[in-house]
Amino acid sequence: MNYSIVAENLTKKFGDFTAVDSVSFKVEKGEIFGFLGANGAGKSTTIRMLCGLLEPTSGDAVVGGFSIMNEPDKVKQSIGYMSQRFSLYNDLTIEENIEFFGAVYGLKGKLLEKRKKWVLEISNLIGKERTLTGDLPGGIKQRLALGVAVIHKPKILFLDEPTSGVDPISRRNFWDLINRFSDEGTTVLVTTHYLEEAEYCNDIILINAGRLIAEGNPQRLKTEYIDGNAFEIETENPVELMDILKKAKFIIDVSIFGKKIHVITKKQFEKPDELENYCTQNEFKIDRITRIVPTLEDVFIHLLEHGSKNAQQN
Amino acid sequence: MKGNGFATVIHFIIKEFQQLKRDPKMLAIVLAAPVLQTIILGYAATFDVNNVDFYLLDRDKSSVSRKYVEKIINSGYFTIKGNTENYEEIENAIMNGKAVIGLIIPREFEKDIENNNGTKVQIIVDGSDGNKGSIAFGYIQAITAAYAKTILLDKIERNGIRVPLKSVNAETRIWYNPELKTRVFMVPGITALLLMIVTTLLTSLAIVKEKEFGTLEQLIVTPIKPWQMLLGKILPFTTLGLIMILLVNSVMIFWFGIPIKGSLLFFFFASLLFILSTLGIGLFISTVSRTQQQAMMVTVFGAMMPMIYLSGFVFPIENMSRIIQYVTYIIPLKYFITIIRGVILKGIGIADLWQETLILALMGALILFLAAKRFHKRLE
Ligand SMILES: Nc1ncnc2c1ncn2[C@@H]1O[C@H](COP(=O)(O)OP(=O)(O)O)[C@@H](O)[C@H]1O
Ligand SMILES: [Mg+2]
Repeated sequence: MNYSIVAENLTKKFGDFTAVDSVSFKVEKGEIFGFLGANGAGKSTTIRMLCGLLEPTSGDAVVGGFSIMNEPDKVKQSIGYMSQRFSLYNDLTIEENIEFFGAVYGLKGKLLEKRKKWVLEISNLIGKERTLTGDLPGGIKQRLALGVAVIHKPKILFLDEPTSGVDPISRRNFWDLINRFSDEGTTVLVTTHYLEEAEYCNDIILINAGRLIAEGNPQRLKTEYIDGNAFEIETENPVELMDILKKAKFIIDVSIFGKKIHVITKKQFEKPDELENYCTQNEFKIDRITRIVPTLEDVFIHLLEHGSKNAQQN
Repeated sequence: MKGNGFATVIHFIIKEFQQLKRDPKMLAIVLAAPVLQTIILGYAATFDVNNVDFYLLDRDKSSVSRKYVEKIINSGYFTIKGNTENYEEIENAIMNGKAVIGLIIPREFEKDIENNNGTKVQIIVDGSDGNKGSIAFGYIQAITAAYAKTILLDKIERNGIRVPLKSVNAETRIWYNPELKTRVFMVPGITALLLMIVTTLLTSLAIVKEKEFGTLEQLIVTPIKPWQMLLGKILPFTTLGLIMILLVNSVMIFWFGIPIKGSLLFFFFASLLFILSTLGIGLFISTVSRTQQQAMMVTVFGAMMPMIYLSGFVFPIENMSRIIQYVTYIIPLKYFITIIRGVILKGIGIADLWQETLILALMGALILFLAAKRFHKRLE
């Protein structure tokens, strides 16, 4: 068995509301697996089911070889979890938090000492052992939470938006750490709403309103899910250009990125000339036009607006 | 690295005490408040009434009537505020609040007593403060009965007739020692009450606090077992509860001078059993509540108030309607109050109180079991 996680038709309902709707996916051992989706898409709910925090309404998943429905307790020893919301004790010191959770995982004596040092090192908190956790700034709390989540060297690590609210440099450090864990053989399932972070993942799934709408390797996603060609246009007046382009029959998607516009054209329109002609016909001046490989953002916007090829719409 | 059993419980307890240490003010309040409250309530919860003002209208003005009034004044509970010839003046005094009691001694009071005709005194009571009025009235009745008794005894002595007098005896003694009696009766109940309030309230916040702060989420994903968490929560609070028992009862013994007549060991054992059920109730509330505020409300209005009202501490259970009387059977405080009043005041032990003790033990076990069952390791 080469999969760390196999989820099958995972569904979670809160009353009448379906937060996660029949989501299935497989996570290979040792890979970094990204969960992408807007706020409220159902990422946390899915992770919480996988960790045994919530019971699925229907469906099941096998995590580290055990069913989350039937053997949730057996899942616990092999997973580490970092909640979206800080969930260590604010009224304990850094050291006390590390020691407590270490002990709960059955670590003791020299091993506990060793792991404590290691956690302090990776979370960059050496010398701050006696600081009250509640007094730490948000970014540092996140680092500590990550450290505590891996204190027992779990085989599978769940990170729910570990980088939200963290400055870009720390975010980079976080990803270095995540890569390190992955290199050591840990399977990492990480959620994020930063699309650029998807590029760091081996595989990703995109969730929208509780449904899985795309999955695969980020590079493949870019070509597989878009049935057309991508162009980037630079102009002084992107908003106006977008309105003009939206009317064109050969265009599938238009989206603005600052001063640039990304356009997805139908397959047969392969050359920038045709686009340029269309603009001149409409008396609009553009600075530059280039054919590009679509970014993940292009893919997601496309998917969110048109639905995926293989997900049914209702 | 599996199932670390009791070691995990110990680590959990260490964590609880580390957290407690971070909040020394809270700890101080938890320990000091019951002591102060026992003292304050010990003074407040006496039904004795002193300095009852009364007006006198003595129409007889005989030596017997003077002796009777003297008895009333010498009892120490009454202060004479006016001696009048006029019935209306008494009415006015009561209406204006100058007197709580008006005492009217009829003409021929002495003569009727001498001639064995029987006589009646009229007592007017201000009923607006029902409690004070009726207690004062009780005192006067008692004093009057005592006085009647001495007259009777006098006569019997003079005439040499023997009559059994026991029935009169029993009643009057209660009234002559009311101040001491009510406090001795109330303070053990108050200590039970405070013990219940603090332990229930603290535990009701114990788990919901972790829920609210999100730390429960981190705990649930670890291999810790529900029973380890529950024990880890219960044991520190039991310790705290035992310290409270010591403190509060020291106040009772050393401050109010009410000794524990029965076995200390049994007393502690019964207290421990009682704490089990209050901890169980607290934990149960904690597992069903979503926020600390909710838990606090449910504890105060859903658990403590009914317990206090239905335990017999405030209202005598015999006076309750049938159905309510049945409800009181499920109130642990009722059994505990019976037990500790028995142990402290009467000096009786498990031989007489085994039923209450057994019920308390069963209730504690049942409630704890329910709380543990309710507390499965999921977030919902
Ligand atoms: N306990 C709950 N009760 C009711 N609704 C919930 C609960 N938890 C989450 N939801 C709803 O489920 C949806 C998905 O939430 P979540 O999984 O937290 O999204 P994400 O992590 O992708 O931002 C949201 O609409 C949220 O309001
Ligand atoms: Mg989330």
